[in-house]
Amino acid sequence: MPKQGKLSRRQFLATTALGAAAAATGSVAMPSVLRAQGAPVKLGVLHPVTGALSYSGQQGRLGATLAIEEINAAGGVKGLGKIDAVLGDAQSTPDGGTAEVEKMNSADVCCIVGGYASNICLATTQAAARYELPYVVDVGVADGIVTRGLKNTFRFGPGFGVISKTALANLAAINEQAGKPAKTVMIVHEDSLFGSGLAKLLNAQLPQQGFEILETIPHPTPTRDFNNVVLKIKAQNPDLIIPANYYNEYVLLARTMQQQQVKPKGIYSVLGGAASSYKFVKEFPEAARYIMDCNHWFDPRNEKALALKKKVESKDQFYTYEVYMNYSCVYLVADALERAGSANRAKLTDALASSTFAGHVMPYGPTKFVNGQNEGAAPVNTQVLDNDIKVILPSGFANAKPVFPRPA
Amino acid sequence: MLSPAILIPAIINGLLIGAIYALIALGLTLIYGVLHIINFAHGALLSAALFAAFFAFRLLGLDPYVSVFLLAPAFFTLGYVLQRFIIGPASHGDDRNMLLVTLGLAVIIENALLYAFRADTRTIDVPYAFQTINLGFTFLAVPRVVGFCAVFAVAFALWVIMTFTDTGRAIRAVAKEKLGAQLAGIDVAHVYAVTFGLGTACVAIAACLLIPTYYVNPRVGDAFVLVAFTIVVLGGMGSVPGALVGALLIGVAESLSGLFLGESLGQIGIFLIFIVVLLVRPSGLFGARA
Repeated sequence: MPKQGKLSRRQFLATTALGAAAAATGSVAMPSVLRAQGAPVKLGVLHPVTGALSYSGQQGRLGATLAIEEINAAGGVKGLGKIDAVLGDAQSTPDGGTAEVEKMNSADVCCIVGGYASNICLATTQAAARYELPYVVDVGVADGIVTRGLKNTFRFGPGFGVISKTALANLAAINEQAGKPAKTVMIVHEDSLFGSGLAKLLNAQLPQQGFEILETIPHPTPTRDFNNVVLKIKAQNPDLIIPANYYNEYVLLARTMQQQQVKPKGIYSVLGGAASSYKFVKEFPEAARYIMDCNHWFDPRNEKALALKKKVESKDQFYTYEVYMNYSCVYLVADALERAGSANRAKLTDALASSTFAGHVMPYGPTKFVNGQNEGAAPVNTQVLDNDIKVILPSGFANAKPVFPRPA
Repeated sequence: MLSPAILIPAIINGLLIGAIYALIALGLTLIYGVLHIINFAHGALLSAALFAAFFAFRLLGLDPYVSVFLLAPAFFTLGYVLQRFIIGPASHGDDRNMLLVTLGLAVIIENALLYAFRADTRTIDVPYAFQTINLGFTFLAVPRVVGFCAVFAVAFALWVIMTFTDTGRAIRAVAKEKLGAQLAGIDVAHVYAVTFGLGTACVAIAACLLIPTYYVNPRVGDAFVLVAFTIVVLGGMGSVPGALVGALLIGVAESLSGLFLGESLGQIGIFLIFIVVLLVRPSGLFGARA
């Protein structure tokens, strides 16, 4: 028996353990108490900032942090205070993304924005669903992301189905308008999920629109040399070339075509790797001229979008779709937070689900989520004209008319 | 479909791209021939050299065909220092260790590039990038033709160095019989470092020939090195003419199999040849010495 007044080892351990537990619960409970008094609202910003997708990931992070800086400079979310960004790196893999969701959940974020790639988004939204943690997908076009019935998942941008449907309809419309100069098509696609999936879809649907597909050429990523592909194109001389590949290969293909003096009536891409990239247009204006693309794009008539463009360019960065989509997503969350009046996850999920947010920079109109998908979201058609990228369709947002077939 | 109008340009393209492979393979085979190690850092050094050529153009306004005269000596020095002060001492005389050290170097160089320049893909735009020579039936890209000629000039220079200079004799002596060379008073550590330097300089020259039509990012070197390694085995480990002939063969094989089987399967041709050579003539085409 321990003597009275003297603490035994066991008693000491028991009391300190209790104390520690109390302290721990206290510290967990504390932020919510503090938050009510105007402490920052924690928002998870998750992108693949290292690895194969790091360029896109870093652009996405840039867009999100710019929005957060702006909101905070204006005093934060009304009634809740400033937003504290919890940055995460998905390392370009689904596993990396899932690990970050776990960390963000323990950091007690109220919502996560981002993901970028489809496979990352599929994994991260599911991980977040376990904690009923609201998740706003920035890009991730795979339709599986929003068709699994996850209540926490909201996709602000359009999905693959909508994009390819719009792309084909617009292609037919542009061709029709020009008096149907294009009859034959060649498809050059990268051979992973994105390119092959698109090629399959095009092969099924282009003949219905009256186009004849001369050949479908797959190539790996990376490809070092497009001379043979271009030789084949040259030999068959199609009216239209549809490339579906990532940035490097897209640029290399376009440059090789220019070099070998292959001049089809048009180059039309769907989610083209470089076709609506200011970087490509700036670096290779000759190769990029008249290329059309159906892709994510900002609303060129929106003042806020143009102000953001200026801001991004003043930082010596390119105004890519990752930037403005993430920027818009953060504002969408801020709006929902304000309406929820709380950083409570359930309340925020409800506020997102009933969102009619229109203060974004995209050509979408007011937000309306149906089963997590923003029904207003749509891609637009762009074309490289006068060393700039112009919107040619839909006419409601267009700032130029399509030039097709391209002038000799 | 497979008319001569496609076939002949495809073969010429293969030869032109094969020449660039040759230069990268030359560096690899030289290092293998003397140091008896596969230099895993070769690809990372190629990426680094491409970045160097890129920044020489962007920051100093130096055309890649001019900066090659600065970068080749600079990368020779870099290679010399790497071998003399890092790879050599860290390997403690064991070839297997050297292998691991070069692998470690590759990881460090690649990640340092990623940290410094991010994963962004960069390109330069030189006025002659799109110039072509019209042969009537096909267009030859001027930078490719320049590369082709430069590779043979470099190979000739290497041959002169190896055959007629004391350094070349010392390198050959060390390659043949390290202990004997040491006994004859040759500083083996120095010769190792010079060889590694020469191999690295080859990579720098290849980078300057590539950058006008190609792009650079921290991982770009990997795409070339697997092919270069195949060429080295095909031509005969350590053989300079083997690397040249092997590279041209591989270039054409890749080009033709790309044409016949599709670009996705283009590399099948390379590895089929590789396997056949290993089965029929394991020492490679010119591999008697090895």
